[in-house]
Amino acid sequence: MTTGMASHLVRRALVQTVRLNHPTKILQLAPHIGLKSLRCICISTKLHAKRYFTEKHEWVDVKNGEGVVGITDYAQEKLGEVVYAQLSEVGTEIQQNDEIGVIESVKAASEVYSPVSGEVIQINQEVCDEPKLINESPYEKGWLVKLKLTNMEELEVLMDKDAYENHVKTLE
Amino acid sequence: MNIYWENKKWMTLSLLNDRVKQSMSRPFSSFQDLKRTCLYDFHVKNGGRMVPFAGWEMPVQYKTGISASHLHVRSEVGLFDVSHMLQTKITGKDSIPYIESLIELYHFLQMMQGGILDDLIVSKTTDGYLYVVSNAGCADKDFKNMQTKLEECKRKGMDVNLEVICNGLLALQGPAMSKVLQEGVDFDLSNLPFMTNKMTSVFGIPDCRVTRCGYTGEDGVEISVAANRAEELVNILLNSKAANVQPIGLGARDSLRLEAGLCLYGNDIDETTSPVEAMLTWTIGKRRRQTADFPGAKRILEEIKNKPARKRVGFLSTGPPARDGTPVYDETGEKLLGKLTSGIPSPSLKQNVAMGYIQSPYAKAGTKVKFEVRKKMVDAQVSKMPFVPNNYYMPK
Repeated sequence: MTTGMASHLVRRALVQTVRLNHPTKILQLAPHIGLKSLRCICISTKLHAKRYFTEKHEWVDVKNGEGVVGITDYAQEKLGEVVYAQLSEVGTEIQQNDEIGVIESVKAASEVYSPVSGEVIQINQEVCDEPKLINESPYEKGWLVKLKLTNMEELEVLMDKDAYENHVKTLE
Repeated sequence: MNIYWENKKWMTLSLLNDRVKQSMSRPFSSFQDLKRTCLYDFHVKNGGRMVPFAGWEMPVQYKTGISASHLHVRSEVGLFDVSHMLQTKITGKDSIPYIESLIELYHFLQMMQGGILDDLIVSKTTDGYLYVVSNAGCADKDFKNMQTKLEECKRKGMDVNLEVICNGLLALQGPAMSKVLQEGVDFDLSNLPFMTNKMTSVFGIPDCRVTRCGYTGEDGVEISVAANRAEELVNILLNSKAANVQPIGLGARDSLRLEAGLCLYGNDIDETTSPVEAMLTWTIGKRRRQTADFPGAKRILEEIKNKPARKRVGFLSTGPPARDGTPVYDETGEKLLGKLTSGIPSPSLKQNVAMGYIQSPYAKAGTKVKFEVRKKMVDAQVSKMPFVPNNYYMPK
């Protein structure tokens, strides 16, 4: 067995560990792997969820028939400092393009529309308590609601990352 | 999501892209029809986010957000471009009878229509003329009325003339204003109380009219300056060593004026509101109330005596911000009492402030009411205004 193969196997084992445990532990276990490899591992877990975008600047990460919805970085930047977020309640049945929440800045209230149909199974209470998370981390901590999707075909009309980025360019 | 600013009756603060904008059939919704102030280039260079406002392309905010800008004006000093307001000069020895008859005309029209036509500020100058600043949203209407009245007065043989002052207008507002401006004028600013004005050079730029007034509730001045030197003056002020002067957009201007309890024409007062119910009775001078020599006197005096059916008051609430148009109910949530005309989450108070009209028996500060926000009832109470104490410079 060459050293190259050995390190490959170690890395695979670590990937498993990371999936089961907390990712920061990996650096303590095997500091020689370094941050670069860690980043690879993060991407590999992300591959399980595919992100779709709407023209109106919402995103949805779809994984195992569930979708996490939020607003894009472009939207948060245009809105300015978010001071209040109101989200649909758990259990609400939502149709695609229905209002799923309202986000308010000092000057205006803006509705958020659902990219997909489904039932609200979780809301991000942290965003209700600290609305500026939407500005600080629109794709991670600033997510809004989680839905149980009822019609996977709806995803076909949504944009992927590249298409959305091109769409944003046409707005500038 | 829809990303937009609140739509007012006569103004649209829109952040939408052009395509969406064209599909909206609102006035001033297309950038190509918009006018630009002499500071347009400055705004663009400094990251101002330009939006349509009352027929003008104006900065709603700069890179600093609205809340931060707002708080900066409350704690230090900010600079606003208000060149979109109409500045006029009334000369001739009969300028005062002229402006009184114009205001009489406004009161008359007010009585015919039952509402307020506009808010404008008339300042008497020591240079033999009156200096008038009126609201950008009403500029066309005002100027037409002024010209009509002028022709009428001239026919009567009165000595009066009207000219538009094509200057830039800057508002320097905040507690550190006098520290900044004092370095640029050769008189003592403590001799310029609230609502007085002086023609002076400012940082070497001649013929500036400095009026101690504003729309933020803070001590401040408005400086009328030649259009071709406005940007130069802005840069001098922003580079002041005396205090950190920041450029401030319309967004913070609106939140500042609302905290200060000041009305926005088109929202809080318009042609359907009377000055008495708008709690603006003070605008009708004591002498004019006594002589009652203006056409609408009877009705206004009756409203003063018998109390109007509804009143403009302030409100405080927590939870979702209540915006203009929000219905106001009594404590049980059953009886509709009025509606809001302006409302924002207050950057200074960290709760929601609003103003609106409510049936007079419920207008007492402290009265508990409910707002209906997106079909849910929210607790609120009637509050005294201003929400944040005014800081005008009025030496005893």
